[in-house]
Amino acid sequence: MLSIKNLHVSIDGKEILKGINLEVKPGEVHAIMGPNGAGKSTLASVLAGRDLYEVTEGEIVFQGKDVLDMAPEDRAKEGIFLGFQYPIEIPGVSTVNFMKTAVNEHRKHKGLAPLTASDFLKLMRDKKNLVEIDSKLTNRSVNEGFSGGEKKKNEIFQMAMLEPKLAVLDETDSGLDIDALRVVANGVNKLKTAENSTIVITHYQRLLDYIVPDVVHVLFDGRIVKTAGKELALELEEKGYDWIKEENGK
Amino acid sequence: MAKEEQDKILDEVTQSDYKYGFVTDIENDDIGKGLSEDVIRMISAKKNEPEFMLEFRLKAYRHWLTMKMPEWAYLKIPPIDYQDIIFYSAPKQKAKLESMDDVDPEIRATFDKLGIPLDEQKLLANVAVDVVMDSSSVKTTFKQALAEKGVIFCSFSDAVQEHPDLIQEYMGTVVPVQDNFFAALNSAVFSDGSFVYIPKGVRCPMELSTYFRINAENTGQFERTLIVCEDDSYVSYLEGCTAPMRDENQLHAAIVEIIVKDNAEVKYSTVQNWYPGNKEGKGGIYNFVTKRGICQGVNSKLMWAQVETGSAVTWKYPSTILKGDGSSSEFYSVAVTNNHQQADTGSKMIHIGNNTKSTIISKGISAGKSSNSYRGLVKVTKNCEGARNFSQCDSLLLGDKCGAHTFPYLEIGNKSAKVEHEATTSKIGEDQIFYCNQRGISTEDAIGLIVNGYAKEVINKMPMEFAVEAQKLLAISLEGSVG
Repeated sequence: MLSIKNLHVSIDGKEILKGINLEVKPGEVHAIMGPNGAGKSTLASVLAGRDLYEVTEGEIVFQGKDVLDMAPEDRAKEGIFLGFQYPIEIPGVSTVNFMKTAVNEHRKHKGLAPLTASDFLKLMRDKKNLVEIDSKLTNRSVNEGFSGGEKKKNEIFQMAMLEPKLAVLDETDSGLDIDALRVVANGVNKLKTAENSTIVITHYQRLLDYIVPDVVHVLFDGRIVKTAGKELALELEEKGYDWIKEENGK
Repeated sequence: MAKEEQDKILDEVTQSDYKYGFVTDIENDDIGKGLSEDVIRMISAKKNEPEFMLEFRLKAYRHWLTMKMPEWAYLKIPPIDYQDIIFYSAPKQKAKLESMDDVDPEIRATFDKLGIPLDEQKLLANVAVDVVMDSSSVKTTFKQALAEKGVIFCSFSDAVQEHPDLIQEYMGTVVPVQDNFFAALNSAVFSDGSFVYIPKGVRCPMELSTYFRINAENTGQFERTLIVCEDDSYVSYLEGCTAPMRDENQLHAAIVEIIVKDNAEVKYSTVQNWYPGNKEGKGGIYNFVTKRGICQGVNSKLMWAQVETGSAVTWKYPSTILKGDGSSSEFYSVAVTNNHQQADTGSKMIHIGNNTKSTIISKGISAGKSSNSYRGLVKVTKNCEGARNFSQCDSLLLGDKCGAHTFPYLEIGNKSAKVEHEATTSKIGEDQIFYCNQRGISTEDAIGLIVNGYAKEVINKMPMEFAVEAQKLLAISLEGSVG
C-alpha cells in the first residue's frame, strides 16, 4: 500500500524529517505518536503534497506509484486522504457544492460519469448517517463558523464521501470533547475495510482506546525511534515521552 | 504555492479569450467623425425628432463645452479626442420591421451567437428583449403582449415618436443635462436606448431585457434608458452588453434614469461584459455611465444588482435618491478586473425622506495587473429623520500585482441616522487552495469555487437566467487564475 524509504524533508533549509522508513499494508491501522515538534504533521503534509516542504532525499511509493511526482489533487484522486489538524474555512462555498465537485473529480479519475443530483444527495444522506453528523453542518459553507469538534466531524464525513485507500488523520483528536471523540472514532472504525489503511497521528493515547492500532511508531526528532504493537501506546501514556528523549540522548 | 507556479498560473489567466469579440459585417449608416452643433442637428434630423428633443440636445452640448473631464477617479485614462469619434452609426436596414423575418440575417446571426433570444418562437424564456446595436434599436420583442397590460417597452427613438409627452415629462429629471461631463455628452448625442413605462397597479408579467452591442469601428455608443414605474407597479429589468475586440479604445457613455412612485418596485440587473482590451492592455471599451434612480413615492423600492467583468475602464456609480418617506434601495455589485483593466465604481445613496433605508454590498475581485476601486457616498440630509444605511465593501485579491482600494464617503446631516460601514480585503489563501487540492479539486476549479462563493450574496439577487450567466462569466473572466 504505502512504502516510505529514507525520507528527508526540509523547510527553509532546516531539516525536519531525517530519514523516515515506514511500510503500511492493506487493512492495517498505524499510529504515529511523539512529542510536539517531532515532525508528525510534517510527515502528513508531505504525504498529501503540500509544497511548503522540500523533499531532499528518499522516496514515497503508494500502490506502486511514485507519489513525489504527483500534484496534490492527483494524490487525492489516487486515494490518499488527509484529515487536517486545522480544517480550513471556505466562506460562501456550500459543503454540498464542495463535496459534489470533489466526488465527481474522483469519479472522473476512475472513468465514471458524474453523479446525478439525486444520487449525490442520497450518497450524502447515507454517509451522514454512517458517521452520525448533524445534517445542518452540510447545509453551511465549508467549515465556516464551525466549532473545533464540528470541523473534525466534517473531516470524517468527507473521508466517508471520498472512500480513500489511505487515510492520514493528523491530530484528529485535538480539541475534541469525549463525545465528539467517540463520533470521530466510530466513523473511522465503520469506514475500515480489509483493503484500506489508516495512519493515525496523535500526541495522546486517548484516541487509541477507540481506534485500535495494529502498529505503533514513535517519531522523535525527525526519526522513527521505536515501533511495536498497541501496548507501546499504553507505555507512553504511563511514562510520558521523557524516557524516549533520554534513550535518544536529548 | 511556489512563486514561479503562481506566476505561471497568473500568466495563464491572460490567455483566456474574450469570446464575444467578433465583428458583424453589415452596412452602416454613419455621419462621419467629429462633434459640433451641426452634427447634433443631423442626429436629431435623422431620427426625425420633435423640436423639444433638439433643444434638449443643444442645451446639453453647450453646457458640455464648458465642462472638463472629471479627474477625481482612481483611473489612468489617456486624453480622449472627441473629434475622432463617430457619434452616430446605425445598421442599414429597409423600412420598418414588422416581423422577425425582416431583420437583417447578419444581425440575427450576431445575436444568435450571443445567445439572445430575438426569436419570438423562443417564447419559453419569457423575457422581452430590446436590442441596441451601435446607435439604434434593432428589434423589440413581445411588444404586443406587453401592450395588453398597458406596459410600454420600446426603443427610445420609438418612444420619442409615439409617446413624446412621457419623454418630455421625465427625460432629464433624474440626471439633468448639466449633471456631469459624460451625462452632458450623452444628452447631446445619444442615439437610442430603451424606454419602459409601467402603469399604475401593474406587475410587469415578464422580465424586460435590453441587450447593447457596439459593432462598428471608431464608434461611440451613447444610449439612454428611462424607466417610469407608476404607483403600486413592479418591473424587473435586465441589461447586458458586449463589443467586438478592437485595438483602439471605444467610448461608451450611457445614462439610466429610473422613477419609482408610491409603493412601486424596480429591480435593475446588469451583466456588463464589454471588451476589456487584450492582455497587454491594448483596446477595450471606456465605460462611463451615469445610472440614477429616484424613489419618489412613499415606500417605493429600487434594487440594483450588477456583475461587471468587462471594459478597459469602468466609471460607474449607480445611485438612488430616497425621496419618498419609507422608501428603500439596495445595491449589490460584483466587479471583476483582470490584466490591465481599471474600475472605479460604487454607489450613492441620498437619504431625503424620513425612515429611508439603504444597503450597499460591493464585492471587488482583482487579478492580473488590474486596479479595482470602490467609491461610494451615503448622504443623509438635514431634515431626514430615521435614515438607515448598511454598507459592506469586500475586496478579494488574486496574485500580488493587482490593487484594490476603498473610498467611502459619509455625509450625515441628521443625528437620528444610523450608518454602518464594513470593509474587508482578503486574498485567496494558499491553504484554502491546498485544502481543495487535497479533496481532488484542481487549483483552477478551486478558484472558481471560491470566487463564486465570495460573489454568491450578489449573484443570488439576480434573476435566475442572469445568475447562471453571471456565474459562467466570473469563471471565464478569471480562467486559470491564481494562488
